[in-house]
This record gives sequence, C-alpha cells and structure tokens, in this order.
Amino acid sequence: MFDLSGRTALVTGATGGIGGAIARALHGQGATVAVSGTRPEALEALASELGERVHVLACNLADKDAVEALVPQAEETFGGSLDILVNNAGVTRDGLLMRMKDADWDDVIAVNLTAAFRLSRAAVKGMMRRRRGRIVSIGSVVGAIGNPGQVNYVSSKAGLTGLTKALAAEVATRGITANLVAPGFIASPMTDSLNETQKGAILGRVPMGRLGEGHEIAAAVVYLASDEAAYVTGQTLHVNGGMAML
Amino acid sequence: MSDTAERVKKIVVEHLGVEADKVTESANFIDDLGADSLDTVELVMAFEEEFNVEIPDDAAETIVTVGDAIKFLDKSAAA
Repeated sequence: MFDLSGRTALVTGATGGIGGAIARALHGQGATVAVSGTRPEALEALASELGERVHVLACNLADKDAVEALVPQAEETFGGSLDILVNNAGVTRDGLLMRMKDADWDDVIAVNLTAAFRLSRAAVKGMMRRRRGRIVSIGSVVGAIGNPGQVNYVSSKAGLTGLTKALAAEVATRGITANLVAPGFIASPMTDSLNETQKGAILGRVPMGRLGEGHEIAAAVVYLASDEAAYVTGQTLHVNGGMAML
Repeated sequence: MSDTAERVKKIVVEHLGVEADKVTESANFIDDLGADSLDTVELVMAFEEEFNVEIPDDAAETIVTVGDAIKFLDKSAAA
C-alpha cells in the first residue's frame, strides 16, 4: 500500500520541519522528490541525507517569475512529468488586525495562497494530459477555527481550502485529485521557542495532550498522494490530536 | 487541405481520441466530438502551443467548431 515508486513529487517549503518530513516520507515510499525552498544549504543538506532520487530546486515563492518557472523546472528535472505537487510552504507575519500592515497581509497571501494557485495551475497542465495527478496542500486547523493575531495567515489557509475544493471539482474527471492536510500544533523550531506557560496553554486545547510530529503530517500527505486515495478529492484531512473535530 | 487545417485536425484527433474522418470543419467540439468544457480549454491551450499564438478568452469562446479554430489560427498567422 501507498507505494510511490516511479512517481515524481515537488515539495515546497522543504526546509521547514513539516516540509522536510513530507519530502522524507514521499521519498521513503519510493518517489523521486524535488525539494524546494529559500535556503539552498538546508536543501542540499536534506538532499544529501536522502541520497538518490532527490533534486534541489531553490525558489523564493514571493517572486512571481520564480514561481512560474518552478513547475517547468521540476518537470524538466524529472524528465517530463510531475505526478505529485505538495503546496507546503507557508510564512507568518502575526499581528492584531487593527495594527496589521498591508505588507504583512500581502506577503502572507502571496506565499501561502497565490504561489499555491500558480503552482497548481502550472502542474495541472501536464497532469491533465497524463490523466493523473495529485495536489496536496498544507492548510492549518486555524483556517477552520480562526486564531487571533493571524487574520492574514488564517485567511490564506482558509483560502487554500476553497482553492482545493474548486480545483478538485474542475479536474476530477481527469484522474487528478486535490486535497488539503490541516495540521494542528506541530513540534517545530517555532514551538520549541515557546515558554512553558505558552506551551501549557496550547496543550490545554489538545485532547491528546501533546504536540504533533512532522512525520504524522507527512503520513497524511503520503496517503493522499497514493493510488489508494484515488476516490478522495476536495477534502480536508485534519491531523490535530483532536483539538478541533470537524 | 491547408497546413493549418491539417495541424488543427491532428491536435483534435489526439486530444479527443476521435476518428479523423469525424473531424470535419463543421464539427462542433462539444456536440459532435464529445468534448467537455475542460477539453475545450485543453484544445485552446494546445492550439496556442502548436501555433505559438495567444488566444484570449473572448476569442476562445467564439471557437466552437473545427472550422472556427482553423479560421482563427489562419487569421492570427496572417496578422
């Protein structure tokens, strides 16, 4: 089950905790993986850790032209086809709405939502022709339940839900699925920097009483990317330790 | 048959998987050749690639038969 041998995958934001875990998991199932991100040295480190079947494609998703070029680059690297697109990259610029700058809004929407739109548009072209494809975007539990101080981030993640549903409906007859994985609180360098009070407040909201791990998000992505999930499309798979049961 | 017509018909046969003799100039992509709305978008994109032209949405809407496509592409090649 969930064999991805011979498949190709592009993972954005692969230098992050979750993105790296996704790249490792897809690779572990046999896929050839292109890892993308803004920090070339971190990408190279990930690539040398994984060994064979890995390509590094540095890309700043805030740069429109770089985004437009990424999928064609990946297809060329793979020798023609991209089977699995994982829109994972995301940034935060937190602040209360009343004080939020336009630039904080624009930057977050550009990377989290607009880049996913552009990459999906580019990827779907070839997938339509081949009658096969998987687009998995990484949302967030806050896209469904909201979170103070993050109107930009929450809007971008809720936007991904809508993008996923509309896209799923458009391309369903072509053997292409689009789904969203919505993580809850996941252990990362960001959560490592929280103090004990902050950690306690977060864990108080999670029935499982612990943070999630990157590989637990990656497992959901592997499933949605696999042939076994062929009949699942337009869905949000929440992986959050029970903190929101939707 | 003009060169444009031949190239258009080849694309239509390939994309829609229909018999070449069904691809007449009067054939309607949707009604006669079984295309759906996604197919028509794919065809327009294939024409754009093959003929290296841009077909704007309002022009694409007027291309409903094989003949419409040939006429449009002939005109844009001449322009």
